[in-house]
Amino acid sequence: MGNHSLLQLIKVNKVFCRGTIDEVTALDQINLDVSIGDFITVIGSNGAGKTTLLNIIAGVYPPERGGRIIVNGRNIANLSEHRHAQYIGRVYQDPRTGTAAKMTIAENLSLAIMRGQSRGINTAITKQRKQLFREALVPLGLELEDRLTALVGTLSGGQRQALSLVMATMSKPSLLLLDEHTATLDPKTARIVLDLTEMIISREKMTAIMVTHNMELALRYGNRLLMMHKGRIIVDLNQDQRRNLTVSNLVDAFEKASGEQFADDSVLLSSVDPATKQKN
Amino acid sequence: MGNLLPVSFYEGLAYGLVALGVYITFRVLAFPDLTVDGSFPLGGAVAAVLIISGVNPWLATVVALIAGMCAGLVTSLLNTALRINALLAGILMMVALYSINLMIMGRSNIPLLREVTVFDQAAQLFGMETSITFSIIFMVVLIIIILAILNWFLRTDIGLALRATGDNEQMVRGLGGNTNLTTIMGVSISNGLVALAGAIIAQNQGFSDVGMGIGMIVLGLASVIIGEGIFRPRNITSILLAVVGGAFAYRLFLGIALRLGLPPTNLKLMTAVLVVVVLAIPYIRKKLRHEWIPPPARM
Ligand SMILES: Nc1ncnc2c1ncn2[C@@H]1O[C@H](COP(=O)(O)OP(=O)(O)O)[C@@H](O)[C@H]1O
Ligand SMILES: [Mg+2]
Repeated sequence: MGNHSLLQLIKVNKVFCRGTIDEVTALDQINLDVSIGDFITVIGSNGAGKTTLLNIIAGVYPPERGGRIIVNGRNIANLSEHRHAQYIGRVYQDPRTGTAAKMTIAENLSLAIMRGQSRGINTAITKQRKQLFREALVPLGLELEDRLTALVGTLSGGQRQALSLVMATMSKPSLLLLDEHTATLDPKTARIVLDLTEMIISREKMTAIMVTHNMELALRYGNRLLMMHKGRIIVDLNQDQRRNLTVSNLVDAFEKASGEQFADDSVLLSSVDPATKQKN
Repeated sequence: MGNLLPVSFYEGLAYGLVALGVYITFRVLAFPDLTVDGSFPLGGAVAAVLIISGVNPWLATVVALIAGMCAGLVTSLLNTALRINALLAGILMMVALYSINLMIMGRSNIPLLREVTVFDQAAQLFGMETSITFSIIFMVVLIIIILAILNWFLRTDIGLALRATGDNEQMVRGLGGNTNLTTIMGVSISNGLVALAGAIIAQNQGFSDVGMGIGMIVLGLASVIIGEGIFRPRNITSILLAVVGGAFAYRLFLGIALRLGLPPTNLKLMTAVLVVVVLAIPYIRKKLRHEWIPPPARM
């Protein structure tokens, strides 16, 4: 792993509903340095701020005044979401968020391939592009390459999430954000999508941040592990510190760092991301 | 019953432009834009005023189209820049346009019967008489040109982004698409087409009237819904054709209703009933087959 910094978050705060009784500090003085080639897994209980962290990085909303988001040496904290997207690919928890249901597979991929470029009046679907799409879909092993003209709304959740993954990565963004992207899938499909994720990340040598609700997955994948609690990063383990850790070690680490009992059973008991509905 | 069919055909094509505009906002962008009731007479007003002051009718028609695009631009800016709800932005613009159209015309009605219109000039060019037949030929050519442009545009990179904006705006932004821009483009193009229809129809009927936009939204929606219902289109090309076909079917229906003795004052009521019927058919069909029915949608 090179130690070149790809993304830096400096003094990033996020407060929702400021000044009301619902005021919540979703991110509390976050400092984070992501190196090129990092594959970071992020765990934390519901409401810890994991999704907010990814949303801030993706530019869905800006951090509070003074917070900086530096990508390739440039502060992008105040750029709008579509400008962030030139650096950042994303797979959401819900497969429906990352794909357009009423458009075909080829049209979805055409939208994805234009990431970071200005969209003009060139024909979107050409022979060359279709060839490119087929090549990108073959490794999924889902035979989507034969269904380029199928409407995405007719695909299963797993197929749609695999397509989202291809769409998020095909124009090779600097950073890939995954937000519990297998949480709504059945265990078998979740496994397939996770393996595809790892394959694409290692093939494209991508830098990635993967939020998961599941400690085992957080240990199995990636080379660095973050644990979040109440808007803060309370544990940050590198490759060496992570090696040979078990789930119960992680629970201990959590309790030591947070000074609280670990109370989220779903994180402990399930072997794959549970299909529990949670506030995103 | 002699000219029922040709008249419906002409009107279907002419109002087909309105239907295409409404299709772009309501269906493609999922932006319920009510500006249309104002941008239709805006097109008529701009064209009429320019024509009576001696401007070439073709130029007047193009300026009317641009005026309509500007109206759409304002509506979409109210929504994207000031975050005013789309429905409200359209209503505000519709109301504002009523005064603006009166200001442009200086009175509530401008007759164009003695003026030279695009129909007269085109007929003269081809050595033909201005008649209902010629009006149809004129509209067929115009609609083919517009459909060809839209069919091409909606398949370009930016056109795809526009369509996706109505489907999944979050995704488009996540892929680097500027959804404010695509919204502005879509709403502007839509109102440009509607104003073009206003300009053309005013010239054909021989007057422009501030009140001629009332019910345009419903007319456009009815055409879109009927077209989708009858033709069940699958891809962009067939959808565009179905929308124009829907406008034709709608005018034909109204024409028949009038011939059967329906008082013209009841036309709007008939339209509303027709749309309700067409919208209810899929529900009733599912009910009869005991299929699952999604809960009522509230846009
Ligand atoms: N858009 C929002 N408006 C108000 N509160 C929000 C919003 N998004 C998140 N929150 C709150 O911020 C906290 C962190 O949420 P989130 O980042 O979604 O947690 P996680 O993904 O770790 O479960 C929660 O208390 C949540 O209720
Ligand atoms: Mg979350």
